[in-house]
Amino acid sequence: MLLIPCPWCGPRDEAEFRYGGQAGIGYPADPAALSDAAWAEYLFFRDNPSGWFAERWFHTAGCRRWCDALRNTEDNAIAGACPPGGTLPEVPR
Amino acid sequence: MSGPERVEIVFDGRTLAARRGLSLAAALLEAGVRTVSTGAATGRPRGVYGIGAEEPGAFVRVESAVGAPMAAATEVAVEDGLRASGLAGFARLPAGQEEPAAVRRDKVWAHCDVCVVGGGPAGLAAARAAADAGARVILAGRGAEFGGGLTGAAAAIGGVPEREWRAGQAAALAAAAEVRLLRRTVVTGRYDHGELIALQRRPDAPAGGALERLWHIRAGAVVLATGGAERPIAFEGCDLPGVMLAGAAAGYARRFGVRPWRSAVVFGCHDEALWNAAELHDAGVRIAAVADARPEPGAAPAAALAERGIALHRGHGVLRARGGADGTLDAAVLAPVDPAGRACGDPVEVPCDLLAVSGGHDPVLDLAAHTGLRPRWSAARAAFLPAALPEGLHCAGAAAGTRAAEDAVAEGAAAGAAAAAGPEVPGGGAAPGPVAARTAHGAADGGAPPMALWATAGPDTDEAAVVVDLAREATLADVRAAVAAGRSSVEHVKRSTTIGTGPDQGRTSGVLLTGLLAAMLGRGMDEVGGTTRRPPYAPIPFAALAGRDTGEFLDPVRRTPMHAWHEAHGAVFEDVGQWKRPRYYPREGEDMGAAVLRECRAARSGAAVLDASTLGKIMVAGRDAGVFLDAMYTGMASTLKVGRCRYGIMCTADGMVFDDGVAVRLADDRYLITTTSGNADTVLAWLEEWAQTEWPHLCVQFTPVTDHWATVSLTGPRSREIMAGLAPRMDVSAAGFKFMTWRDGEVAGVPARVLRVGFTGELTFEINVAAHYGAAVWEAVQDAGLEHGITAYGTETMHVLRAEKGFIVVGHETDGSVTPLDAGMGWAVSTKKDFVGRRSLARADSARADRGQLVGLVPDDPRRVLAEGAQLVAASDAGAAPPVPMQGHVTSSYDSAALGRSFALALLRGGRDRHGERVLAVHLDEATPARVVDPVFYDKEGSRRDG
Repeated sequence: MLLIPCPWCGPRDEAEFRYGGQAGIGYPADPAALSDAAWAEYLFFRDNPSGWFAERWFHTAGCRRWCDALRNTEDNAIAGACPPGGTLPEVPR
Repeated sequence: MSGPERVEIVFDGRTLAARRGLSLAAALLEAGVRTVSTGAATGRPRGVYGIGAEEPGAFVRVESAVGAPMAAATEVAVEDGLRASGLAGFARLPAGQEEPAAVRRDKVWAHCDVCVVGGGPAGLAAARAAADAGARVILAGRGAEFGGGLTGAAAAIGGVPEREWRAGQAAALAAAAEVRLLRRTVVTGRYDHGELIALQRRPDAPAGGALERLWHIRAGAVVLATGGAERPIAFEGCDLPGVMLAGAAAGYARRFGVRPWRSAVVFGCHDEALWNAAELHDAGVRIAAVADARPEPGAAPAAALAERGIALHRGHGVLRARGGADGTLDAAVLAPVDPAGRACGDPVEVPCDLLAVSGGHDPVLDLAAHTGLRPRWSAARAAFLPAALPEGLHCAGAAAGTRAAEDAVAEGAAAGAAAAAGPEVPGGGAAPGPVAARTAHGAADGGAPPMALWATAGPDTDEAAVVVDLAREATLADVRAAVAAGRSSVEHVKRSTTIGTGPDQGRTSGVLLTGLLAAMLGRGMDEVGGTTRRPPYAPIPFAALAGRDTGEFLDPVRRTPMHAWHEAHGAVFEDVGQWKRPRYYPREGEDMGAAVLRECRAARSGAAVLDASTLGKIMVAGRDAGVFLDAMYTGMASTLKVGRCRYGIMCTADGMVFDDGVAVRLADDRYLITTTSGNADTVLAWLEEWAQTEWPHLCVQFTPVTDHWATVSLTGPRSREIMAGLAPRMDVSAAGFKFMTWRDGEVAGVPARVLRVGFTGELTFEINVAAHYGAAVWEAVQDAGLEHGITAYGTETMHVLRAEKGFIVVGHETDGSVTPLDAGMGWAVSTKKDFVGRRSLARADSARADRGQLVGLVPDDPRRVLAEGAQLVAASDAGAAPPVPMQGHVTSSYDSAALGRSFALALLRGGRDRHGERVLAVHLDEATPARVVDPVFYDKEGSRRDG
């Protein structure tokens, strides 16, 4: 079980969280202006890297706040977490 | 130490005297039981082979105390009244035997700076050093006492005899404030971020205490002092009872004084096996011969054997173990062997009843492997050693390949200190890496390097009798056949031969298989590698994983304030999420169908009442609440006037219906929204997600208030009269209290908020009161309704009534692939604003004419209720050979009192344009004809909603 550093509560067990997928996928400012393909890109397409990945977690059984975390998908190392859209630590890419 | 206590145990129906503190395996050896069980496939006899978790042969069923359908005899402790029997073939769960209720199990969550796994010399030293450095320490050891392989050894640590040293360490640890000692505890898994799972057996638990305890440990750093695993050498007949690991045999003699053998042959290829021979001799076992496959064994052990007058055969190996009349070991056949184990001289036969064999020792690194570490082969040490340990993981003692006790202690202390220091060492120095493994095999100590030897063979060796995996009874011939079939990956050979898949998980056969494959394929040991080690390291009973989370503690149960009334009135409950909701209230002689028809009739013709307290309720507050809800609902919320309510649908971004409910505008900056009963938490999370991650600039907050309120939904044409009686100061007239409005007032003498919203199509008052008034108000409604024939109804009736009106239920009519337009609710979708999901509704796929659309169905046979989930096919496809094109499926289906017949809702391809068409509803090979109709079956004009 991962130990996720909630920016508000500190390190907490993964069981207290819900996963929120890739971080930094913003809702388009004007969805109506997008082509079907561009909209589908927003809806369905996500990165799936082997390595560092910025992702979202929701501390549903804790402070009920969302955060972004930087996790290495190869060994589950977590470099840090921040409020949504904040600054995550620099890591070798 | 006082004299060992003798207790009675029963094995295979025989009563034996045994010493407490021994393992069952030791007790059986001492009692002269040579054959403990039989092989699952061949039925060949199996004796005690090892001394710990590595045991591949002696499996038993434990019938007393906690019990176990299958356990290694080496892992079962002798207790008074122990009953066990040898397993013949496969393990079987005892039929119809309930576990005694007294067996209790629980779970503990613990945190520490340093967790030391293993209670041997390295582990004790590591725990001491970490504790001395001020760390919070957990030390987990498998035995009833700490000491591990050191126990009973002639070794001294820093001049202190081992027993004194052990006692001193344990006492110092017990006295330390921040040290937790877990005895009889096996760490079964190591997971991410320092998480360990451990199983503790507690035969000495106080009465009523847990006999097994599952530990969830979160450690800042972990020291693996998990010791070494001895591997055998394979030869013909090496599975006979009487053949044992040399270290195990010496361990039984040294640690427990168990030495039932008259004459022993020892066979090895490293110095420690020679020392084992000396130990057995010193314990009183006659050593008939010692064979060392190396031409040059260590000078010191060779001298020790010579001193004792023991014949040491250099460059020799055992080619064959011979069985006697009872099927157990009778003699060993020795011959000179070359470095590959092939016989190169004349064999001699040596009678013996113990053949102690040892091919070397590999560190037990399962817990390191659980997160992906691969050990590396050391040719010099003839063992797989740890390599490149990640930060926060340390390895010491035999687990690092260090076999000598004093070296292991030094290494353990260093690892403990490093673990306590963490990655940053004060003073700016780099953290110490894994301590370099030392060797006790240097020529300076009179030692000689070990040799890697996997199997021996003579000219007439039958490879089908050279057993590689005792538990799986897989042989050298099986390995050779797998390679001949073209398999070259150790994982493929494992699956092909089953080597390593037995209950012992191949602890004695894993490295052997790698070595044999490397030799057959001409590859290096690292190139072949080992099979993946996965948790759990040792078996965990499911019951231990469950702990107390069974029965009523399995999942929280949520009950409404009116629950006691429902129970007293015979309600049949159904689970909705964690809620218990009345499904129907059967009267004398009624089945569900009859009860539901009665409840429906009451709602349509008189008055009926539903406990709607489980409806999800979320307070949405803040000056931007309206703007925010506009983005969440398909319809408008910001234009809703204070005092009014509006039905709303929420979609996911892909345009599919996600939830529905009613938005109630309480004030300019305040809404109460309702959600589906089972979906309240999901909707709350959804709102939080958008508010926090997309539009944090909006001022809006959410408060879940579901169980703050009790909700009584009073429906039916006579409900106004009842309301008038309950709330004399409230204007409940059709003109004064309009549909989709709300007001605060007093109902049954308590403050209440009443909504004119409903789900039945009839005149409805939804009375909300503070939860603690719920039971009283519910009863007051019953009393006030008595003269009007008020009838309590449950969820089943609610479903029938809403389906008659064509109202959808999220999860019935929707499944994550249904848009509001598919569900026929375009009227609830605004075209004037953006909302989450709107763009998706403009995709070509959303506009497809052949999407599943909500329709009604009336079966040709009015008494026939279609199966929910039944697939729909065109009537013209009746009798056609499959596959027949699917047209849709039945989503809800009931018998209706108001219609006097059965009816259903369905999603049908292009259904809105197919009213009047006939379809077949297919369920369990039966096709039921039905006609497609409008989904609103009852009161299409909506004339009944205002009474």
